[in-house]
Amino acid sequence: MSITKQNPQARTTLKLVGVVLGMFVFGFALVPLYDVYCQVTGANGKTASAYVVPEDGIAVDADRWVTVQFLTNNNASMPWSFRPEVRTMKVRPGEMNQTTFYASNPAGYTMTAQAIPSVAPFHAAEYMHKTECFCFEQQVLATGESIDMPLRFIIDPYLPESVQTLTLSYTLFDITDMTASAAAE
Amino acid sequence: MSAVIENHHDDHHHGPDKGLMRWVLTTNHKDIGTLYLWFSFIMFLTGGCMALVIRAELFQPGLQLVVPEFFNQMTTMHGLIMVFGAVMPAFVGLANWLVPMMIGAPDMALPRMNNYSFWILPFAFSMLLSTLFMEGGAPNFGWTFYAPLSTEYAPPSVTFFIFAVHLMGISSIMGSINVVVTILNLRAPGMRLMDMPLFVWTWLITAYLLIAVMPVLAGVVTMMLMDIHFGTAFFSAGGGGDPVLFQHVFWFFGHPEVYIMILPAFGVVSAIIPTFARKKLFGYDSMVYATASIAFLSFIVWAHHMFTVGMPIAGELYFMYATMLIAVPTGVKVFNWAATMWQGSMTFETPMLFAVAFVILFTIGGLSGLMLAIVPADFQYHDTYFVVAHFHYVLVPGSIFSIMAAAYYWLPKWTGNMYDETLGKTHFWLSFVGVNVTFFPQHFIGLAGMPRRYPDYALQFADWNMVSSVGAFIFGFSQLLFLFIVIKCIMGGKKATDEVWEGAEGLEWTIASPAPYHTFSTPPELPERSMA
Repeated sequence: MSITKQNPQARTTLKLVGVVLGMFVFGFALVPLYDVYCQVTGANGKTASAYVVPEDGIAVDADRWVTVQFLTNNNASMPWSFRPEVRTMKVRPGEMNQTTFYASNPAGYTMTAQAIPSVAPFHAAEYMHKTECFCFEQQVLATGESIDMPLRFIIDPYLPESVQTLTLSYTLFDITDMTASAAAE
Repeated sequence: MSAVIENHHDDHHHGPDKGLMRWVLTTNHKDIGTLYLWFSFIMFLTGGCMALVIRAELFQPGLQLVVPEFFNQMTTMHGLIMVFGAVMPAFVGLANWLVPMMIGAPDMALPRMNNYSFWILPFAFSMLLSTLFMEGGAPNFGWTFYAPLSTEYAPPSVTFFIFAVHLMGISSIMGSINVVVTILNLRAPGMRLMDMPLFVWTWLITAYLLIAVMPVLAGVVTMMLMDIHFGTAFFSAGGGGDPVLFQHVFWFFGHPEVYIMILPAFGVVSAIIPTFARKKLFGYDSMVYATASIAFLSFIVWAHHMFTVGMPIAGELYFMYATMLIAVPTGVKVFNWAATMWQGSMTFETPMLFAVAFVILFTIGGLSGLMLAIVPADFQYHDTYFVVAHFHYVLVPGSIFSIMAAAYYWLPKWTGNMYDETLGKTHFWLSFVGVNVTFFPQHFIGLAGMPRRYPDYALQFADWNMVSSVGAFIFGFSQLLFLFIVIKCIMGGKKATDEVWEGAEGLEWTIASPAPYHTFSTPPELPERSMA
């Protein structure tokens, strides 16, 4: 690297190339940074992964009812039939609740699906604790097969008073191709 | 500082090579500047034709000329070509021509790389334009190429688009590294940073912006490529990715990008207005600091492009106030230009006409930008023609007027001949009227609710759309006059003096007109302390 010592232009150039490479890496670093940011702030309505109930349990707030609405959507060309067992539930914060979602595959071939949850209002996302959810795994259904998928959740008692209704929506994605290519590798 | 470019060819001759290979192999900053400028003008006409297809279709409601699929390809390609093919290369061309002459350097610091960074561009844009003839058509997802529209639902030609963007990025990065190295190392002895002409300053800062954000653009298209072909899921929600992430990464590049397209324009206008006002530029130091502040702020305001994705209220407030803060340094600049003109003995030759129009019309575009920064208002304006009017006001009578001003201002230095002043003024007035007739009505139809990027619209928008289309054709065809004026000036005309303009200051006016093929082979003696 003696050339850089003698030649100030080469030194400046090398530094700038370093910045370019650094910014290219930074572009990719934005991906995990974004995920961390969303998890910390609950922005985007993203819910956390499986919740573990603390050993001393959660105090139930008996003075308050929260309405939870369930929405289901199919992404783009997803042909599955997908719906919640009940559209709304009235729950007490701190209590364990359970419901199921129904899905069936009318297509003429085996398909893999992934449900992606989202909570509205966004700032309530971090108070939606799911101890068990079909969205934690992929669903594989053969032609004509159907399934009842469980969801168990607790609404955190610290949910802000202003939130009386909370919507949990699931969008079902067809990931058959994605998993097929992964399996082929 | 005193480094002199080692040029082995100097031993043999002092002029350009003969024939076509002169242009292919050239490492001369003036040749490369000329190549860049012609290339960008060709792209300007290409993208302009696409704009005219769009405006012709929108002349009346209903579908008359093109199918919606093709309309979408036109809006996408128009944006990409104008941003990456017309405006950016034009400024790089100006930098190539002017930066060495303004700082008293014999050439750019990295001449061979300079050649590469230009010659990548024709390949990149051939590749991009070739997608028009491919099965499934050209990219049709808008110049902002939001995922998943540009990944899962894109035409197969998207891969060519991605590689074209990679090439453009490489070209821009090499070009800007060259500019920075030149400015930092090759200034004439005794020229301090704060002695540099403002055009050099704005380009130095622009080059840093390019170096910082073009790699992020390369990153985002690489992620798209991986999503499309290698089974990753950066932007696919079904695979655990997030489409909104795309918008964040894109606009992290995209917002500095809009300043990349305007900062050199500030530099051009800051050179022209003092000349024709026959006064020194008012507030040189504050101009430099304002440019640097704008560049810094450009990195921390990106999410104002995406208020409607559903951000936490705190985020919306932050991005709103940060965006509005940019009006402060920009206001400093506008007031400095106004103060420079104040009580000057002004004359209105063509470059000055374009420069003054720049100040006025860019400010209109800036004010509509402030309106868009207001979160609750933005929910109404988002993706309407109001946005289209806003960014065309800052880009067309902003960036492009400044490029034309620069062309008229330095053409006599480049060619040795004066351009035809009467024709130049005609070109200005046709452009000025055309641009305003085109874009001002788009404010109205945007506020009335017409969404952008559709080939058809509701009947109540018909009148203003017709007006806008008429203006677009006036503006478009008057650029052929510009082409004629430039060619006429190259062919001959009244000989230009070395100084060209009576009030002009700067090293480029101390050399002969036309500028000799090699200038400042020995560093110049600086005339006085301050170049400003």
